[in-house]
Amino acid sequence: MSATITLARIVAALVLALCGVMPYLAPAVGEPFLIGLFARSMIWGIAALSLNLILGYGGMVSFGHAVYLGVASYTIGIFAFHGVTDAWIQWPVALGISAFVAFIFGAISLRTRGVYFIMITLALSQMFYYLARSAEMYGSDDGLTISRRSDLGISWLNLNNRVTLYYVIFVCLLLSLFILWRIVNSRFGMVIRGIKSNETRMEGIGIATYRYKLAAFVIAGTMCGLAGILEANFEKFVSPDTLNWPRSGEMIFMIVLGGMGSLFGPVIGAVVYWLLQDVLSDITEYWQIIFGPLLILIVLFARGGIVGVLNGKRRDA
Amino acid sequence: MPNALLTIDNLRKTFGALIATDGVSLGVETGEIHAIIGPNGAGKTTLIHQLAGMMGSDSGRVIFEGHDISALAAPARVRRGLVRSFQITSILKDFTALDNVALAIQAEQGHSFRFWGNAYADRNLRDPALALLEEVGLGARAHVRAGVLAHGEQRQLEIAMALATRPKMLLLDEPMAGMGAEESARMTAYLASLKGRITMLLIEHDMDAVFALADRITVLVYGRAIATGTPDVIRADAEVRRAYLGDA
Repeated sequence: MSATITLARIVAALVLALCGVMPYLAPAVGEPFLIGLFARSMIWGIAALSLNLILGYGGMVSFGHAVYLGVASYTIGIFAFHGVTDAWIQWPVALGISAFVAFIFGAISLRTRGVYFIMITLALSQMFYYLARSAEMYGSDDGLTISRRSDLGISWLNLNNRVTLYYVIFVCLLLSLFILWRIVNSRFGMVIRGIKSNETRMEGIGIATYRYKLAAFVIAGTMCGLAGILEANFEKFVSPDTLNWPRSGEMIFMIVLGGMGSLFGPVIGAVVYWLLQDVLSDITEYWQIIFGPLLILIVLFARGGIVGVLNGKRRDA
Repeated sequence: MPNALLTIDNLRKTFGALIATDGVSLGVETGEIHAIIGPNGAGKTTLIHQLAGMMGSDSGRVIFEGHDISALAAPARVRRGLVRSFQITSILKDFTALDNVALAIQAEQGHSFRFWGNAYADRNLRDPALALLEEVGLGARAHVRAGVLAHGEQRQLEIAMALATRPKMLLLDEPMAGMGAEESARMTAYLASLKGRITMLLIEHDMDAVFALADRITVLVYGRAIATGTPDVIRADAEVRRAYLGDA
């Protein structure tokens, strides 16, 4: 992809720059709550980015994506509950579990298409939701409070320091963006986009599409697991709602809002989503009443989301 | 058929009470262009679907290069060299013409579990793709989005994608469909230039093209192969004339 400067890319760079300076900017402008808001936006940004690989680039509408985030959060929480806080144990296991769950989800759901695909991802995610609700040892409905954050074992990387935690999240976001950028422009990425465009044609040129879709599922699930690890450390709490399907829906909102199938779209979408929620919930407790119609307008009149509007028409950011 | 590249052995397919393919047997020899003609609804496209592995058969076998490929899925047949084109143009409309062909070349080069290198800058894909586009006459349109190409150009792209997979045999489902006379003649000339290099099973309604290209012709009516022979024989066959060529 050529490195032309587009309005969408400038905005994307600005958003990333804002993320980068927020721990210093927010106190300076007297709005320290923005640090937390941006940290949360970045965590959700990573999750939405990962979903965008299969949804935006691959055309697979999965309503089970929050599960990969949730199981990673629960993994961190359960480890901490049993006294294991070493990140070098916690994190790989959490990522591995997310990858494994994504593999299972994909292996089952990718045998179907369209509405059936959506329903199966939904059904699988609800299984995990009810599993978490029934896990009495780990808080069941009340959720699991995480008493201690992950310990990276590096003195200058202490996650109990708010600013350190913030920048660990920031670096994870940059890393996720970089990895995704490489993947979507690779041979593998070409195949994934091709499947979205015309799956029959892909089979017609000799590509067995199932295994590529499954691989995309696992990659996306693993990356979403990273978001789950970060969220567990950020919130110090995980509840069954983390796994529930509305969370997957929110991720889809962010992607649609920011721009489906564009690299930076989901990150922009996540930041705007949380800002909007903050602003709108000042106006009314029922902020979704405003947000819902807004989303409908975007779908109707700006199909490329914010990135699409900035670019005048549809193109990759 | 001792020299047959593709042997179809008593192939059947029914949809409820409708018999789409009714015990078709025929052999296509290496290097030949074998045309299948027949009225609409004769089951020509169904036969292509079955041969390409995109539709299962109720019974019968498909043998390619001496191997029974009846149980193979569509992508596996393509990798063996049996490649189809589509009657209704099937391209990646969001991709440029060049990306369409590059992707087909990528598919031919083996698995695509390569996650890191930039495929858009990969000369092993771009160069042969451009060469192929030039060969089919689309070189100047390489960077145009496939969805906005003219109909005839899309048909050319369709063929270019099929060729990019380096087929031993092409299953061409009405390659001239919807083309004007001039475009049709150009496509006929191009297919003629591939003759001998690539074996072809050609379904086509354009009789000028069929009689210009085909070494042998099979006539399909209601799912049955009623006659097979050289163009001269088919032209003279009374039953064929009655069933299809329009003579009373």
